[in-house]
Amino acid sequence: MHRDEGIGGLLGEVEAAEADLRAAAERRVGTGTAGRTGDGTGGEASEAGEADEAALAAYFEAVVAADQKVEPRDWMPEAYRTSLIRQIAQHAHSEIIGMQPEGNWITRAPSLKRKAILLAKVQDEAGHGLYLYAAAETLGVTRDELVDLLLAGRQKYSSIFNYPTLSWADIGAIGWLVDGAAIVNQVPLCRCSYGPYARAMIRICKEESFHQRQGYEILYGLARGTPAQREMAQDAIDRWWYPSLAMFGPPDAESTHSARSLAWKIKRFSNDELRQRFVDMCVPQAEALGLTLPDPALHWNADRGAHDFTPPDYAELMRVVGGDGPCNRERMAHRRRAHAEGQWVREAAAAHAAKRRDRERVPA
Amino acid sequence: MSSEPLWEVFVRPRRGLSHTHVGSLHAPDAALALRNARDLYTRRQEGVSIWVVPADAITASSPDEKDAFFDPAADKVYRHPTFYHVPDGVPHL
Repeated sequence: MHRDEGIGGLLGEVEAAEADLRAAAERRVGTGTAGRTGDGTGGEASEAGEADEAALAAYFEAVVAADQKVEPRDWMPEAYRTSLIRQIAQHAHSEIIGMQPEGNWITRAPSLKRKAILLAKVQDEAGHGLYLYAAAETLGVTRDELVDLLLAGRQKYSSIFNYPTLSWADIGAIGWLVDGAAIVNQVPLCRCSYGPYARAMIRICKEESFHQRQGYEILYGLARGTPAQREMAQDAIDRWWYPSLAMFGPPDAESTHSARSLAWKIKRFSNDELRQRFVDMCVPQAEALGLTLPDPALHWNADRGAHDFTPPDYAELMRVVGGDGPCNRERMAHRRRAHAEGQWVREAAAAHAAKRRDRERVPA
Repeated sequence: MSSEPLWEVFVRPRRGLSHTHVGSLHAPDAALALRNARDLYTRRQEGVSIWVVPADAITASSPDEKDAFFDPAADKVYRHPTFYHVPDGVPHL
């Protein structure tokens, strides 16, 4: 694979997904009267209700089969709705918690340029969290409920953010590997069957590509610096490689939600397919850095046309997801504190808005 | 805590184009909704003008009656220019 097929190729896929979204919107779902629900007079017996339900389900299936988008007020199976809420919420929480490992380095960035870049990146992550909360809200859940579920520890965020950022090179490794893995995971979500999620992902993926490039640039600079800088870059890659591979989730055989999500076109590729794709992308990029990926078993398999590699430690992944990673408690404590400390701001803004409304009601 | 109201955000990407729905956000009032929309949806100069509309002020057609609601237009093909036969050789029509 050529180097320019990495980010450029993925960005091209985002553009293609966006074009397909527009093209699909032009097509009509060819299901005849399956989608027609207005034929019954409404006041009839429950038989009509069941027939309506079947017609609605058939219409939903036809929309998904035609690669069209399901929109917020459409009928959808309850499990489709709850599955989407779970996935989008977890994704939103990851963006919000994901601000912490890098936020930790904003004051210590080595130059004003790097500080400005890192600030912009962390702001983007806040923005991505908000796009995703907004997409989840179209499914009939409120952001307050989702935030409460996160703070209560009842909804998860990506396990990767429970690892510490020990050196400046970690900011490079996060950009290159963590954001790189996130992009590989997210680009297919631009084709997700649920419209608001697909649209949010298109926007997010376009913005994410700068995140990955800035990380790679940091490592590229360090790799050409002093021996100590080079060593720092290699150490960061050594620590972030396997947690990044674990971001794709458990192997296909153990993935609980995969099969149904694939059928509903919420997911488009399996965990293992995406993990393989990520490894194949990273190998030439590591070579260009002149740094090594910490896997002695990593080598090109000409028969498969892909790299063989050592899978991440899935037992560790389960431990970290379960709350026992290096920084789980710290991340949650920080988020709870930030939320509590913002309470007076939210109350003051609400009081101000109420006062203004009352004043406007008084006739002049 | 009572939730902040939801606002729908519309952005005009460039002069000459109409405002397009880009997403939603929460804010206590219109002024803050506008500022939040600026920070959330135009971080890369995606717009030259923003509208924010209280989500509960939008009345939407019901998906339950979507076919019945839009049916009146279905059998009026004569509203499209392609319905009409233009004899060969007639210019400017």
